[in-house]
Parts: sequence; structure tokens; C-alpha cells
Amino acid sequence: MPFIFGTLVTSALALLVAVPLGVGAAIFLSELAPPRTSNAMTFVIELLAAVPSVIYGLLGMFILVPFLRQYGEPFLKRTLGFLPLFQGPMYGVGMLAGGLVLALMVVPFIISLSREVMLAVPVEQREAALGLGATKWESTWQVVVPFARTGIMASIFLALARALGETMAVTMVIGNDPRINASLFAPGYSIAAVIANEFAEATGDLYLQALVELGLVLFALTIVINGLARIVMITTTQKGSAH
Amino acid sequence: MMHWRDIWRKFVNYFMFSMTGLCALITVGVLFFILGYLVWNGGSSLSWAFLTHLPTPVGEPGGGMANAIVGSAKLLLLASFLGIPIGFLGGVYLAEFGGRSFPFVVRYTADLLNGVPSIVMGIFAYTIVVLPMKHFSALAGGLALGVMMIPIAVRSTEEALRTVPLMLREGALALGASKWKTIATVVVPAARKGIVTGIILDIARVAGETAPLLFTAFSNRFWSPGWNQPTASLPVMVFTYAISPYEDWHRQAWAAGLVLLTLVLVANVAAKLSVSGRSAH
Repeated sequence: MPFIFGTLVTSALALLVAVPLGVGAAIFLSELAPPRTSNAMTFVIELLAAVPSVIYGLLGMFILVPFLRQYGEPFLKRTLGFLPLFQGPMYGVGMLAGGLVLALMVVPFIISLSREVMLAVPVEQREAALGLGATKWESTWQVVVPFARTGIMASIFLALARALGETMAVTMVIGNDPRINASLFAPGYSIAAVIANEFAEATGDLYLQALVELGLVLFALTIVINGLARIVMITTTQKGSAH
Repeated sequence: MMHWRDIWRKFVNYFMFSMTGLCALITVGVLFFILGYLVWNGGSSLSWAFLTHLPTPVGEPGGGMANAIVGSAKLLLLASFLGIPIGFLGGVYLAEFGGRSFPFVVRYTADLLNGVPSIVMGIFAYTIVVLPMKHFSALAGGLALGVMMIPIAVRSTEEALRTVPLMLREGALALGASKWKTIATVVVPAARKGIVTGIILDIARVAGETAPLLFTAFSNRFWSPGWNQPTASLPVMVFTYAISPYEDWHRQAWAAGLVLLTLVLVANVAAKLSVSGRSAH
């Protein structure tokens, strides 16, 4: 149970940070930026998606964790300390760090997929909104984004599936402590991290079976989320091309 | 005269768009931050000896990760033997043969397989190779990585083949070539560049995978004696060195991370530039 809890909390946290950032950047890239800039930035963002997860873990461990310990968490505690989320001792490693690293890792996926679905929105839709006197932002927010909504949702689901299954970066920063804790500062544990840490030294059939079982849970979870997201993707792109 | 509401709308317009621009800048900035930090931190520990020597015990200066670099190469070779032929042929099938519903199923399954967490692949390889053999081996690691390569190879091959104009196929068929001959001598050569690019990207992706190797290829502080023995690899080395408590090892982790990131990024940039160069023609 603590493992599932840790997995869900870090993934939720990651999405909380990554969705506004990713969708915002995608809006900028598809609606506002001139094509050259947009293509150059997309190129860089796709490179970001290719960075191996262990590198994210490395940076998370040596930069993000000390930073959180010294500045980030004391700041959160001072300003939002009345919430149970931001209480308790501050180690730096913990679910907050895990969530933030995950957020960085999934943002590129959200951006490149959302950008594509927003670029697929017909120009006429935008022109109609602008013709009615809407500002550019109003046309984007009230016409383009709702039009692309299902596609954006699908990209978020794909990102969620990635966040759930991500192993290395989380293992390196989450703190590896199998307890359920209300505070985001507390160390936690995720399914993938348990498997990574204990599989190689699993002795005895029962121990091994327990870990394989955890793997199965993870597998089923990501398959279901991915499957739904893909179906949404397929139906929306087909609908778009039929028009 | 402008109504205050219009001014407000204009303000929202500019404000929100600058916010989205900021979002984009932050994400792009992250890549340069990662690169810069790695170069700064890892560059100092990087040397010729680092690339050509074996690891030394804790406390002894020097040492490198030659065995990890060779180990990574071996694993990728094994993975390519498994992943590329299956992926390539699967892609050919999807693009050239196939009826109505079966290709859809294959494509959908490939996408699902692509989304399976890498650590689950590791468990899969563990149960079918490591358990019967009773020890960790490069073979198991290669299997895990190879299975991960299949879905991407399938999709990239298919997409590359689909860009070949139908006329080329019809021309070959009109000259009396069989369908197989058409594919092998006309369609695949025409799409060669796209296929190779896809495969390079594919290799670069699994090159950075750590999780499935932890309990399949495991690790090894010496030269791996054979294909069925545990072997070191760069990503696992970065991981074990980074979580170790020794300052010296941390520096080596940075250096190994820099080597790994450079390899992956160079492969990516080269592959993507060659694609965009082609489409410009």
C-alpha cells in the first residue's frame, strides 16, 4: 500500500506542475511563436524527451534535493505551513522532489503532443472567432483549446502513464521509505522504486513473487491508462481528418 | 474612446501570452541547464584514462569505466539483433501487406508495448532468462532492451515506407517484379534513410535505459568474461555511483553521465537533422 500511495502522490504532483507548464508552452508554440522559433524550440524540447532518466535522477539528487532542503521547503513551510501537506522535518529527498523531477520529465511529452493537436485545429475556427471581435487570447482559450481538448487530455494521460512507470529518477530522489505520510516533505516509496531496489537481492520465492506482483499492478495500471489515451487519440485524429 | 473592458481584455491577452512564452522558455532552458551543469561538473573528471581504464576500488584515485562503455555496446548489439529484424519486418508488413483490422490491432499493441514501463520489461527478461539460468547475464539485459526496441522500430519503419510514392511500387510491379521483389529492391532502398534514422533514434533511446538492466545485466566491476555473465553498462554505473556515499564516485557519476548524454544527444541531433534535411528537398 505505501508503494501505491507513493506512486500516486508523486504522479499527481508531477501532473499538477507539468500540465499548466506544458499546455502553456504548447499554446505559445502553436499559436503565438513564429514558425521558425516554434520549430527550433520544439526541436530542443524533443531532445529533452530523449535525455535518459538516470541523468534526470543525477541532477535531481545533486541539485534539486539540496536546493529544496535549503531554500524550497523552508519557504513552503513558512508560507503554507498551516496545511498538513507542508509540515514535518525537511530532508530534501521525498515525495516533493520525486514529483518535481517527474514533472520535468513528462513536460516534453505534453508539449509536443498538445502542440500537434492544437496545430490540427482548422484555421477557420480561429478566423471566425477573431472576426467576431475576440482578442487573440480569447480565440485561443475559448475556441482552439476546447476544440483540441480531447487531444490535450490524451497527452496528459500518456504523460501520467509515463510518470507512473518511471523508475530511476524517482528511486534516486524519493527517499525510499515505505510509510504513508501526509507531508510532501516526507520520504516515500513508489512501486517502480521498490522493484528497482529490491529485485536484484530478492531471495526466496515469496519475496520474488511479491515483487513480480507489484510489477503486474504497475503493468496493468499503465496498460489501462495508455489504452484509453490511445483510443482517444485515434478517435480525435480521425474526426479531425473527416472534416 | 476605449471602454475599460477592452483595455482589460487587451491586458489579459498580453499577460496570458507572455505567461505561455515564459512556460516555453522554462522548458527550453532546462535542457541547456542540464547540459551546462553536466559539462561543468563532469568535464573536470573526464579524461582519456576515464574512458580506457577499469574502475578502481573506493579511495584509490583514477580509474574509469571502460568496461561499462564496452558493456553498453555489447548490450546494444544484442538488443539490436533482437529488436531491429523483428521491428523492421513488422513495419514492412504494416506498410505493405495486411488487411483492414489486423494491422490496426498490431499498431495498437505496438503503441501499448511502447508505453509499458521499462522496469516491467526488466521483470519479464528476469523471469524468462535469469531465473532458468540462475545468474544475471548480458543476454538477459539484451533481451529486455531488444523487446523495448521492437515497437519503435515497427512504427518508424512503417512511417518511412509510407512516404515512398505509390508510383514507384506500381512501376516495379508493371515491369513484372513480384511483390516481394518490389519491396526488397525498390521500396525499402527508397525509404532507407528514414528507416536508418528511426533505428538510430531507437538505439539511442534504449541506450539510456537503466531500470531494466538493474536485475538483468546487473553490473560488474571488471571486464565481463562472456555473453552469459553479468556485465556493466553506463547507465547502471551512473546510478550506482550516484547513490554511493563517496565524493570521488559522485564525480565519476557526473563524468559517466556526461558521456552518456553526449552519445544520446549526438545520435538524436544527427538523426533529426538528416530527416529535416531530406524533407527540405
